[in-house]
Amino acid sequence: MIALNINGRSHQVDADPDTPLLWVLREWLGLTGTKYGCGVAQCGACSVHVDGAVMRSCQMPVGSIGKAKIVTIEALSPDGLSHRIQKAWLDHEVPQCGYCQSGQIMAAAALLKAKPNPTDADIDEAITNICRCGTYPRIRAAIHAAARGVKV
Amino acid sequence: MGKIENLGRRAFLATATATAGGMSLGWTFPADAAAGGVEVGIWAVIHPDDAVIIRIARSEMGQGTLTGLAQLVAEELDCKWSKVKAEYISPEANFAKGRAWGDMSTGGSRGIRASVPYVQKGGAAAKAMLIAAAAAKWNVPVAECSSADSVVTHKPSGRRLRYGEVAEAASKLPVPADPALKPQAEWKIAGKGVKRLDTVEKLSGKLVYAIDVKLPDMLNAAIAQCPVFGGKLKSFNADKIKAMPGVRHVLKVDDVSVAVVADKWWQAKTALAAMPIEWDEGPNAKVSSASIAAFIKEGLDAPQAGVGHKYGDAAGAIAGAVKKVEAVYATPFLNHATLEPQNCTAKVTEDGVEIWVGSQNGDASLAAAAEAGGVKLSQVKVHKHHLGGGFGRRGQQDYVRQAVLIAKQVPGKPIKLIWSREEDMEHGFYRPITQAKMSAGLDAQGNVTGLHMRISGQSILAHLLPSRMENGVDMIQFQGLIPSEFGYLAIPNLLVDHAMRNTHVPVGFWRGVNVNQNAVYLECFIDELAHAAGKDPLAFRRTLMAKNPKPLAVLNAACAKAGYDKPLPKGVFRGICQYTGFGSYTAAVAEVSVSPKGELKIHRIVAATDCGIAVNPDQIAAQVEGSFAYGLSAALYSECTIENGRVMQSNFDSYEVARMADMPKVETVIVPSGGFWGGVGEPTIAVAAPAVLNAIFAATGKRVRSLPLKHHDLKKA
Repeated sequence: MIALNINGRSHQVDADPDTPLLWVLREWLGLTGTKYGCGVAQCGACSVHVDGAVMRSCQMPVGSIGKAKIVTIEALSPDGLSHRIQKAWLDHEVPQCGYCQSGQIMAAAALLKAKPNPTDADIDEAITNICRCGTYPRIRAAIHAAARGVKV
Repeated sequence: MGKIENLGRRAFLATATATAGGMSLGWTFPADAAAGGVEVGIWAVIHPDDAVIIRIARSEMGQGTLTGLAQLVAEELDCKWSKVKAEYISPEANFAKGRAWGDMSTGGSRGIRASVPYVQKGGAAAKAMLIAAAAAKWNVPVAECSSADSVVTHKPSGRRLRYGEVAEAASKLPVPADPALKPQAEWKIAGKGVKRLDTVEKLSGKLVYAIDVKLPDMLNAAIAQCPVFGGKLKSFNADKIKAMPGVRHVLKVDDVSVAVVADKWWQAKTALAAMPIEWDEGPNAKVSSASIAAFIKEGLDAPQAGVGHKYGDAAGAIAGAVKKVEAVYATPFLNHATLEPQNCTAKVTEDGVEIWVGSQNGDASLAAAAEAGGVKLSQVKVHKHHLGGGFGRRGQQDYVRQAVLIAKQVPGKPIKLIWSREEDMEHGFYRPITQAKMSAGLDAQGNVTGLHMRISGQSILAHLLPSRMENGVDMIQFQGLIPSEFGYLAIPNLLVDHAMRNTHVPVGFWRGVNVNQNAVYLECFIDELAHAAGKDPLAFRRTLMAKNPKPLAVLNAACAKAGYDKPLPKGVFRGICQYTGFGSYTAAVAEVSVSPKGELKIHRIVAATDCGIAVNPDQIAAQVEGSFAYGLSAALYSECTIENGRVMQSNFDSYEVARMADMPKVETVIVPSGGFWGGVGEPTIAVAAPAVLNAIFAATGKRVRSLPLKHHDLKKA
């Protein structure tokens, strides 16, 4: 059994230690908000927060996580709407199909935590997640809007 | 269109008292929305508290069709938009009622334009029934009653009844067959940039895509298909992996694929990767991109070709021209690469087949499940889920068929089949590979005397729908080039033809289909001709489009917004493009710079669209913006190459796509000129690549005639 701290709760998971965190979240714990897109840390659909930093869970063996605190999209805000990134996403109508958006939102939330007023270059560097629908311009606008709402 | 109208008309003959039984809610928000309400007609369910649930037959894959269709129904229904929710009508309900809700197929940018006017009439019919029910209750003439904001008012007395109060009575009335529609000038909900109905659950991870389905006793399957198209499964050694964690079954799916079924998908995938599999690679094992290119190149000068558009004598005009210009262009195979890999969950029991799927065609999914399951169409239930991207890929039902073939071998258990990204990359229905030889003549004044556009390469219809070919010609090959779409009718002599050269690689409808390749060929060559004639590319196009006011207007709109007449910052250069497809006119202006090292930066794109009637301008803008991400992926990076008969790209590290840092500022200009319904999801992709390529020529003097751009050195010569 592997002990994990996910979304503020402890879990005991009966999985092979090599199993990627992504699949433990999705299949062992039923947290399907975190998505499978590539399995090789290219697309970012599986992004979660690990001790506050954004990480691609498809390349994290569950046995390597130890006591790190994992936060998934389901727990980014208590109601799924009230994080400033979620509010800005709603306001800018960012999602199209929506499949990549869990990962985009987790990446953007981590960016704002690290850099409260990101430049376009900061956004280019931090948001490397793939969106096939092409919501990039609205993601950029929503991040800037969320940042403007932040007291610096 | 006539066929669809007929289906719609039939819909209104359906009885008004149909029950909601058998409706499945694959899209789980709002959960069980219909429960507690009554059907007024077949398109709207109205609740006592005035909540309105609007039925949607098409699929939502990000393009906003679900919201747009709901707007059209709500507009005619005169209901409060804030009280509107939407739900999918199930394919089995549609089948059981003689396709009362029309065509479920969602492709070709037809989701809205091919659903009018029957969805509007559905809203108008429900409104008429509600008014009639209220009038009957008051015992007054219908003509004295009006409707607005979910309330019926008796004008002379001022009495009012909410929709929720009369819905029950209205539901028992006959459905009017041909209710009048509002003039567009009176629209209050349609035509407005209202918020999408399905955004909230995409922000919290709560939206259940097909890949997220959880069912009691569900098992998971991973699949391996013969990597060489046309090859077969020879053998596999299941004993090697049977003891691995979670493994339950190792199954031959069909002649070309094998699956591992396990408790968890990760276990199935891991075991599958460890299993020895032998393939019979078949007759195509030596085919390569080089052999395909040579095969297609031969078609550029072949004597036989299907004609798409011809008038005058192009060959004679070019032969006798003062100046001849010729160029050969090429575009590669592309994968759709939907971010949600193909997947389907299936359960086969004695009673029939049940599937949970993201599909661009619910009717086709139902039929595929019935065929694979060996059951009657009436024995299939389909739970439709929102798609994690479609782009044409999910119109094909291969993954549905496979899921049912696997589930059939494990009866009674739901089996979720998920393709790995690698399977998805290597087993697509690829955008077809083509080349084009462009030839034109100019007179002494630089006027075009004749144009011959010879396309050579693969046909989609020949692979997927041969019955739709016309006298052996795939007319879809000529998107944007046929008489109703070709903008340069001032060219006095024209020949557009296609030498079909089909490969063993499966091809399909890729967002934008053939407009993408055709626009690169035509619009870059028109730019070449302008340059050869010593004329400004916009002035040159204006002359050639003199007889085509609609495409010219959209090009002018893009150029006006971009400030075409104003100078650009030092080092920044412009390219323009106009193209027509899917019933809409589009144009783009790209502004780029190329560094001395040859690094391309796309600074800004201005895109104009005339889709005739705009149902939701904000969602049209979103589609246009998104089109550039898809189109620029193809222009900059993406390609599928073939070696030893198989696709060499296996994931997003080798199949590169545009990311945030690649995206320019995109400014959209929506110029709906009215009077027609054009598509939105696809037409604008066509103008992305040519505008950028033409700007690169302006910046560097280099003509890039093959994609993707990553293979070209843009350093100034």
